[in-house]
Amino acid sequence: MIRLEGVSKTFHPGTVNEVVALRPIDLTVREGDFITIIGSNGAGKSTLFNLVAGTFPASSGSIRINDVDVTRAPEHIRAKYIGRIFQDPLLGTAGSMALEDNMLVCYRKGIKGLRISLNRKLRAFFRTQLEDLQMGLEHRMKDNVRLLSGGQRQALTLLMMVLSRPELIMLDEHTAALDPKNAALVLDLTRRYIEEYRLTSMMITHNMQQAIAYGNRLLMMDKGEIILDVEGDEKRSLTVDGLVERFHAIRHRDLESDEARLT
Amino acid sequence: MIEGILVEGLLYGIMALGVFITFRILDFPDLSVDGTFPLGAAIMGISVVNGVPLMLALFIAFSGGLAAGAVTATIHNKLKVPNLLAGILTMTMLWSINIRILGNRANLPLLRQRTILSAFTEMISGVVPYPWSVLLFFLVVGLTIKFLLDLFFRTDMGLTLGAMGDNEQMIVSQGVNPEIMKVIGVGLSNGLVALAGAFAAQYQGFADVNMGQGIVVAGLASVMIGEFLIRSNRIGLLTLRVLLGSIVYRGIMYLGRYYGYHINLTPNDLRLLTGLLIIASLAFSRYQNSRNESARLRRSIRAAAGPPGGGRP
Ligand SMILES: Nc1ncnc2c1ncn2[C@@H]1O[C@H](COP(=O)(O)OP(=O)(O)OP(=O)(O)O)[C@@H](O)[C@H]1O
Ligand SMILES: [Mg+2]
Repeated sequence: MIRLEGVSKTFHPGTVNEVVALRPIDLTVREGDFITIIGSNGAGKSTLFNLVAGTFPASSGSIRINDVDVTRAPEHIRAKYIGRIFQDPLLGTAGSMALEDNMLVCYRKGIKGLRISLNRKLRAFFRTQLEDLQMGLEHRMKDNVRLLSGGQRQALTLLMMVLSRPELIMLDEHTAALDPKNAALVLDLTRRYIEEYRLTSMMITHNMQQAIAYGNRLLMMDKGEIILDVEGDEKRSLTVDGLVERFHAIRHRDLESDEARLT
Repeated sequence: MIEGILVEGLLYGIMALGVFITFRILDFPDLSVDGTFPLGAAIMGISVVNGVPLMLALFIAFSGGLAAGAVTATIHNKLKVPNLLAGILTMTMLWSINIRILGNRANLPLLRQRTILSAFTEMISGVVPYPWSVLLFFLVVGLTIKFLLDLFFRTDMGLTLGAMGDNEQMIVSQGVNPEIMKVIGVGLSNGLVALAGAFAAQYQGFADVNMGQGIVVAGLASVMIGEFLIRSNRIGLLTLRVLLGSIVYRGIMYLGRYYGYHINLTPNDLRLLTGLLIIASLAFSRYQNSRNESARLRRSIRAAAGPPGGGRP
């Protein structure tokens, strides 16, 4: 459903600040894939997401979503297919607006008209969705989102993202800024939504254990390249030590990320 | 006196609502306002003098403001210049355009011309006597616009505009083109400002290219004063406090104008006073924020230290 061919990204080409963030890569994401992505800092993971989402244009190559060439399409056009969550819980919601207003803005994609959709029926629907989170948010629908905790905000972002049933969701370390308890909660919710709505998903994480435990396919990135792409039984049999070894075998150096080893 | 303050407060309150939309809801500080206010006045003035149906004239004035706001937003969108610069460009160009609209003059008197305001006050003169009929007129107009605006900001589009001002990435991720939303939002804001200008021309009995000077700052002062009066996140109260803030601001200006001589103030000092008012508001809200911040910090430290008496964390 997503097909990248020869996609690369160089920032500030031809200047002293030139950074090759992504070398030409090919990648096909099939419908129903749940891909976890690991790699050290600066490996190009977020850049890959930004290129797929259209935050900035690719330096080369082509990107197709559902066989539509979107290489040159602006971000808001591609957003119709894509749901995205960032590490920072503040980025997914409008803090100065009420919870229900946030949900209204997100529950359907595309430009909004002069209708007043937020009626009793829709509120009731939002309420049942919030009850499902089991965070008591259903009683706070008129509160400003700013008043919620980071974990609550990220869970809400997740809920709002799946409301519009995107075809692909991209999660960029979306639990990294949360404390362990909230991180586990949000991660659990993520898995539930992905299974329930059969969402095609890509998830960046620094936690190797997580990358192994979740999803049907694992990508390892390093210095702007995808150096490992495993799935199925091979993925299921992976271990943290095994991954570290394979990295060494491919790159002939140690995986430097300490935090990856820690967990 | 009191009715004069209320009338001016409501009249300029319509303009302040426009300023509120850009500065507070869209987070798009827009200075075109200094040009769109006289634009509305000029369109209304020239239409009145030439016998254009009054309601049509009002509509053209609103549309003129809308178009000017759209130009500002488009300059910002397409040339990627900061919104302040885009607004200044539009404002500067409008000065020349306004003089052209007025027929190559800077001022157009409207005395003894039939306007919407004069038609209304005459119609109800039997029931409500003169200065109060003007107040009633602006009360009706001001509140009507306020309620229409409240309604707009409850629509899907209105909520999306609010979300964009808060977090642009969020609405881009929802598949909404932020450039179009800015054209709509800044356009609506300037439409309201031009409408206020059109009413100001009727109230003052003339249209003048310079009547917009310093209008943005006056609107901003009104918005900020209003924020001290009511704290809320409900749109109905947000717009209400803009109107109230505008009335208070006009009251302060009135006091400065008529009693300022006791402390050697002249009418020329009123802009200085307005600027100081805004600075004082900014300083005060900073002080409040830092107090809230430290209160929150103290609370969280206390929470981290565990409940008093050494209970479980
Ligand atoms: N907007 C940008 N302008 C210039 N350089 C950038 C930009 N975005 C990313 N880079 C550079 O591109 C490289 C890859 O960055 P990227 O954010 O994709 O890494 P990452 O794998 O997501 O790392 P992390 O795990 O730290 O989030 C880095 O060297 C980074 O400095
Ligand atoms: Mg990253």
